[in-house]
Amino acid sequence: MNLIIFAGIMGVVMMFGGLLMKQKHQATLLATVLVLLLLAGNTWEMLHGPIFSIQAPHMLATSRFGLLINEILLAAGLLYLLVSGRDIEKVGNYVAEYYALIFFIFAGIGISTAYTNLLMLFLGIEIISIPLYILTGADKRNLKSIEAALKYFLMGSFSTGIMLMGIALIYGGTGSFLLEKFSLQGAPISYNLVAGLLLILVAMAFKVSAAPFHFWTPDVYDGAPTVFTSFMATIVKVAGFIAFIRLFEGASGIIAGKWQWVIAIIISLTLLIGNITAVFQQSVKRMLAYSSIAQAGFMMFALFSMNNWGREGIVLYAAAYCLATIGIFAVLTKMDDYTYQGFNGFARREPMLAVALAVMVLSLAGIPLTVGFFSKYYMVASAVAAGFGGKFLWLLVLAMLCAAVSVYYYFRVIQAMYFKEAEQPQSALPVSAGFRYLVAGAALVVVLLGILPQWLLQFLYF
Amino acid sequence: MILSSFILIPLIAGLLAFFIKQDQLVKGWSLLAALATLAAVLYSFTMPAAAEGLSYSRIWLGSLNSHFSLLLDGPARVTTLLTAVSFVIIFIAIFKNSYADASQYFGLMLLSMAGLMGVFLASDALLFYFFWELALIPVYFLCSKWGGERRVPVTFKFFIYTFVGSVIMLIGIIYLYSKTPDQSFSWASFKQAALTAKEQAFFFWFFFVAFAIKMPVFPFHTWQPDAYETAPVGTTMVLSGVMVKMGLFAVLRWLLPVFPQMSDKMGGFIIVLAIIGILYASLIAIRQDNIKRLIAYSSIAHIGLMAASLFVKNDMAYQGALIQFFNHGINIIGLWIVVDIIERQTGISKMSELGGLAQQAPRLAIMLVVVALANIALPLTNAFIGEFLMFSGLYQQNVWYAVVAGIAIILAAVYTLGMIQKVFFGQRNEAVQVADLQTAQWLALAIIIVLIIAAGVYPKPLLELGGSLVKTIPLAVAP
Repeated sequence: MNLIIFAGIMGVVMMFGGLLMKQKHQATLLATVLVLLLLAGNTWEMLHGPIFSIQAPHMLATSRFGLLINEILLAAGLLYLLVSGRDIEKVGNYVAEYYALIFFIFAGIGISTAYTNLLMLFLGIEIISIPLYILTGADKRNLKSIEAALKYFLMGSFSTGIMLMGIALIYGGTGSFLLEKFSLQGAPISYNLVAGLLLILVAMAFKVSAAPFHFWTPDVYDGAPTVFTSFMATIVKVAGFIAFIRLFEGASGIIAGKWQWVIAIIISLTLLIGNITAVFQQSVKRMLAYSSIAQAGFMMFALFSMNNWGREGIVLYAAAYCLATIGIFAVLTKMDDYTYQGFNGFARREPMLAVALAVMVLSLAGIPLTVGFFSKYYMVASAVAAGFGGKFLWLLVLAMLCAAVSVYYYFRVIQAMYFKEAEQPQSALPVSAGFRYLVAGAALVVVLLGILPQWLLQFLYF
Repeated sequence: MILSSFILIPLIAGLLAFFIKQDQLVKGWSLLAALATLAAVLYSFTMPAAAEGLSYSRIWLGSLNSHFSLLLDGPARVTTLLTAVSFVIIFIAIFKNSYADASQYFGLMLLSMAGLMGVFLASDALLFYFFWELALIPVYFLCSKWGGERRVPVTFKFFIYTFVGSVIMLIGIIYLYSKTPDQSFSWASFKQAALTAKEQAFFFWFFFVAFAIKMPVFPFHTWQPDAYETAPVGTTMVLSGVMVKMGLFAVLRWLLPVFPQMSDKMGGFIIVLAIIGILYASLIAIRQDNIKRLIAYSSIAHIGLMAASLFVKNDMAYQGALIQFFNHGINIIGLWIVVDIIERQTGISKMSELGGLAQQAPRLAIMLVVVALANIALPLTNAFIGEFLMFSGLYQQNVWYAVVAGIAIILAAVYTLGMIQKVFFGQRNEAVQVADLQTAQWLALAIIIVLIIAAGVYPKPLLELGGSLVKTIPLAVAP
């Protein structure tokens, strides 16, 4: 829970620090150090307890699950700043402000992983969303970026409105904002409650870009400056999922049966739309946008089955998805050409980065020996363990076939890098050796977690 | 520990190979690694083993109750021996071939060898799935990078085919895991999984489809001729000699014992499918003009016979299939070596454009004739024993199976002899020049021929290696 306060303070520090700093890379340096501090603070809290405890009964409650997710997201954030810091500097002149916004988002993430009250959920989601609207439009000389920001803002506020309506209805149904009030088995079911839950479901599905509420995603991801797309598509998206899961963790009891069908339909739509549309993309950036929809479909399995397997699965998924996507985006931002052709002959140009990218792409496709395999494995296993293997077998088969479809578009990157030659020989990317080692290191983590996933999962329990 | 060395030697050697920059050195290094693996395999046969075979187990994923457990039973002995011998022969045969980025080529070859060894040894379903995929990934890179024309789409088709099969199997593995008495992936628990008749009916197919695509059995075979034709020849040898055995082996270990009732019930249907495949592939092989495609189709026919025999489930067919695992692998690698020599020197793989090569390359012709006769399963060659046992087994099950499948022997003679005639005898094409064998290829072919004749004359050691059916899959025998 310390994360919320520290991240808020650091956001302010960053903002005023911007006034003092003359050079952009100073801001990057400061931000990196601050994220490192946040990470250290959160690690301390996870291992030894909070640095100072805050009493917020009926509002926030820390849990190991939430802390571990914070830890993963902060680590992903650190990686993100290290590999993409230079690109953030290139977006515009207000670098310190961008970083400040990122810290505010982390504060929002802290709330979304710890809330026990619907009002706090609303606050958390809004604190995450509003800085994102700004970051999307950060490149203000680019019309596409502005259009994306406006679109995102309009759609986002619409979904926020729906969420508020849902919260109000739930309040009407249960007389309380507390999660536990509607999660208890014996809670009386009323139309208000069910309608409210459905509305929140819609709003949250919008936030995590699950079909059929995904329409904003490709345009916004494509229009936003690529560095911020990376942030949005990974860290923020996972945080949204955690909020989603916390919300319905207990609620499944009262609406079991029908509930599974609603989620199953959302999952199948998300998987189908995400994967099939991604096949037809020519730009890697847009492909990644659709792939993020497709991956959201898999993450929804945690909501579908609501058991421990699902929680472990989402932890692995958070790590797998963040590592791989941040890595790919980091390289992508350095490229001039975002199409698949841009990657032609990449293996000759950048042998080490090519291997790292190949590992990350394999991980996204869910090939064994990468953590991506285990994240998908846990998702399917969670559904089977929850006893849906019989009734919802079709959903599992569909999900797996979609995973096979995803191989098609992920492997196009590998094909371009390794089996096609560039038309004219290109020089190496303008990146430092440190960047290469960082991305390769991230790929190594992907492989290590792919052999021993329990190394990460043990933190859930010990 | 000796069992893990089957996997670890090629794995570590393969990873190191990526960093060796000289071509000759990396070739020698790979050969050395393959020889070391072969030595380990042979040594393991001399070790005293428990009733069901040599085994090794360590905890891998505690929370999932999955173990790094390996088991060397009868079928595994045959297939690991095949893998080790094949890779030695392959590395000798392609010793003189030059490859761009040789270190990567040989590194990937060794990695695929590690994956194959893992598939044949794993007695934990999750570990098995791991290796099942791991054997595929290096092959994907090998075929896409060093293959012939149209290599990228063809390899991709192959990859997607097998990947679809394996993800479906993954659902089956997860489901069976949830039904095992002690929530574990071990082979022993899988055999005790409590499944209702309906679940058996579903999940039997989930597994079978994955294996059938890999073999490939009749309706799932369409990726195979293209893949064999375009893959670089060293990799084609791996694909056709060793990798197809993954599917057959998996049937023996993961299908028959785990779904005993279903495999009894569906056995007849699958045998019929396989026999249709045998005839169909043989007939197509007769019509082929491209040598590579001819061999590919002939391989489908042979594999079909083995698949049918596995589902017959009597001791004779089982033993026949097992030694045929080994012999088919050796024979087809021999054929590919000859094809490679011809294609490398002339650039032609169409039979109609070749002819009369025997005059130019008499030693090559003799070698090919011996290998080809083994491919037809002539007595005194290795394949004879296997096919004889398999046909006897089929005959015991149902006379018609043996009769119809027996036609395939005649057809095999037609296309194989036709190939020899068109390529080595007949009208000589003056434009085509072929030099006789080089040392490395001569050595590889000589090893193969020694193996062919030795196993043909004295098959007892091989038969003993496989053990008997009852020992391997006790549950599978119908009461």
